[in-house]
Amino acid sequence: MIKIVKRDQPSRAIFFFTPVLAIFLTLVAGGLIFFVLGFKPFEALKFFFIVPIADKYGFSELLLKATPLCLIAIGLSFCFKSNNWNIGAEGQLTFGAIVSGGVALLFYEQEGFYILPIVILAGAIGGMLYASIPAILKTYFNTNEILVSLMLVYVSKLILDYLVVGPWSNPEGFNFPETRQFSNSAKLPLLFEGLRIHAGIFLALAAAVISWFVFYKTYLGFQMKVSGFSLKTAKYAGYKGKKMIILVFLISGACAGLAGVGEITGPIGQLHREISPDYGFTAIIVAFLGRLHPVGIIFASLVVAITYLGAETAQIFMQIPKYTGQVFQGMILFFLLASDYLLFFKIKFIGSKK
Amino acid sequence: MHKFFIRSFVSSLVLLFTFTVAAIAKDVKAAFVYIGPTGDHGWTYQHDVGRKAVEAAGFKTTYVEGVPESADAERVLRQLANSGHDVIFTTSFGYMNPTNKVAKEFPNVKFEHATGYKREHPNVSTYAARFYEGRTILGTIAGTMTKSNVIGYVASFPIPEVIRGINSFTLAAQKVNPNIKTKIVWAFTWYDPGKEAEAAKALIDQGADVIAQHTDSTAIVQIAEKAGVYAFGQASDMDKFAPKAVLTSVENNWGPYYVDRVKAVANGTWSQKDTWHGIGDGMVVISDLDSQMPADLRSKVKKLQADLASGKVHSFTGPIYDQKGNLMVAEGKTADDGMLAGMMTYVKGVEGDIPK
Repeated sequence: MIKIVKRDQPSRAIFFFTPVLAIFLTLVAGGLIFFVLGFKPFEALKFFFIVPIADKYGFSELLLKATPLCLIAIGLSFCFKSNNWNIGAEGQLTFGAIVSGGVALLFYEQEGFYILPIVILAGAIGGMLYASIPAILKTYFNTNEILVSLMLVYVSKLILDYLVVGPWSNPEGFNFPETRQFSNSAKLPLLFEGLRIHAGIFLALAAAVISWFVFYKTYLGFQMKVSGFSLKTAKYAGYKGKKMIILVFLISGACAGLAGVGEITGPIGQLHREISPDYGFTAIIVAFLGRLHPVGIIFASLVVAITYLGAETAQIFMQIPKYTGQVFQGMILFFLLASDYLLFFKIKFIGSKK
Repeated sequence: MHKFFIRSFVSSLVLLFTFTVAAIAKDVKAAFVYIGPTGDHGWTYQHDVGRKAVEAAGFKTTYVEGVPESADAERVLRQLANSGHDVIFTTSFGYMNPTNKVAKEFPNVKFEHATGYKREHPNVSTYAARFYEGRTILGTIAGTMTKSNVIGYVASFPIPEVIRGINSFTLAAQKVNPNIKTKIVWAFTWYDPGKEAEAAKALIDQGADVIAQHTDSTAIVQIAEKAGVYAFGQASDMDKFAPKAVLTSVENNWGPYYVDRVKAVANGTWSQKDTWHGIGDGMVVISDLDSQMPADLRSKVKKLQADLASGKVHSFTGPIYDQKGNLMVAEGKTADDGMLAGMMTYVKGVEGDIPK
């Protein structure tokens, strides 16, 4: 007989074990889906998870793909840890890209070492500005940050549309919705000749280190944690909640904005309508899969990045529909949330004794 | 001995020949990169129909669907070029820069980019269709069938391709009915059933009783069916989605071009080209004409179709005036391809301004 018993305390071991369990269950379920669709499950999983990163180029593409996911998820972990549900990282990414792209266009056909830092800073500021809207509305007008930040995603995409179709469109581009290409000084340097991996990866790693320091070594980190557990306790302890809410939103917005900068000044090199395949939303999965811990987030961003690459390889070599990649991302989140049940409950096997 | 030698020599020659031919025909692999799902019944669907024609001609093909125009396009292209594909068709405008970038690294792979204008390397060709010829036919039908003299037009982006279509449509409609007005709603999307449906509803509310579209989903014809107005299918024959509303469709027929180009790669005769084919070359196809159209209109349309194909009639024949009354094309002249490629002004009779 199986009996479900409530735990006295959430298990710490299980806390770090469930993400691994979720990935394992996703692989099993994925293999099953492939089998039902008529593909050889092990071969399909090989093309999905091993072939795309089997060579140097593939591995560099994995890091390229993981960079924005990691950066955004690190930023989101500040919000989520302190009970602030910022769902609009995609909008902050877009607005950051708009501001930094605008600055990059100002320096069109100019060269100089000072250009790139200004462009990067502009992106971070853009993301912060955009994240401050839901933060201020939440602190002073008690609005729901989930709705506000989510709606602002669509606003930012429309602003981008307007700019690349109209005032910022390439004058030599037959009115197609895209800007001019940025000058080389406004682009992130490539790390290796022939590969697309760029200096943005250092931004992601730096963000991870800083977040670790803030979470575990500062008073602010402690305040965030307490607010995350119980807002009432935080209030009772006399923490200035409003300040903290705005601060975590600003950090989160800056990270998302930087992710946008990395895309447009890295592999894309211009502004157009589609600068991000919903990194801002996928990063939410990454943040939770990584348990809001910097190291966990780095690994989680690699795992989720591979679902993008694997979907392409699987379609090229096995004609598996590319949208399976999104199915995998969904399954990871689903199994993670489902296995979180084990955090609070344990399953007891009560054998009937002979 | 002598006989044996000749016989074996001949047979080995024959064998060699068959092997080479077989090798040429079998070895060439074509890849297709799609912006949407193959089941969109619009743009991507028709490209996939073209890909199937290449398969039917005996070549192996690969496709990747739903490739965003973000940084991902470049990786997909590089992977296809790296995995033994000899020719790669990139079927959306946004792939233009990645296509040229990857083409530089793989000089032995041929790249064919749809609807773009950059051919930076000798292994990049571009191709597009003269859809405006199809819109001349739609305009003729719309101008004849409308009772309210207001024609709605759901447009995607204010680029020359779309402006050209609006103009060609309006000019043809004016020819059969000088009183018509074309009202435009810009949806700023190529494919978004929700937005497209909203645009169509707005136009119907403004009195339009014929709706044309330059977006890809079937939402507009379905709204037209419900509202009891006429519409035209876009990219594929959309008659089955709205049998009463759809008078005809302009189909994109890429198959013949794709088969041609893949064969050229197989024969080693492929060279850089900028292709712009219309009704005459079969890249633009007019679907069956609905029986609700009067017989004389149907025969008129058939004749117009033949004249456009032979070049006897050109969609942009002067005199053509812009909205302010300035002469764009003089009487007896036709617009050249340069003018068509950069067309960014409305002709007289189109309402509103081009969004800037």
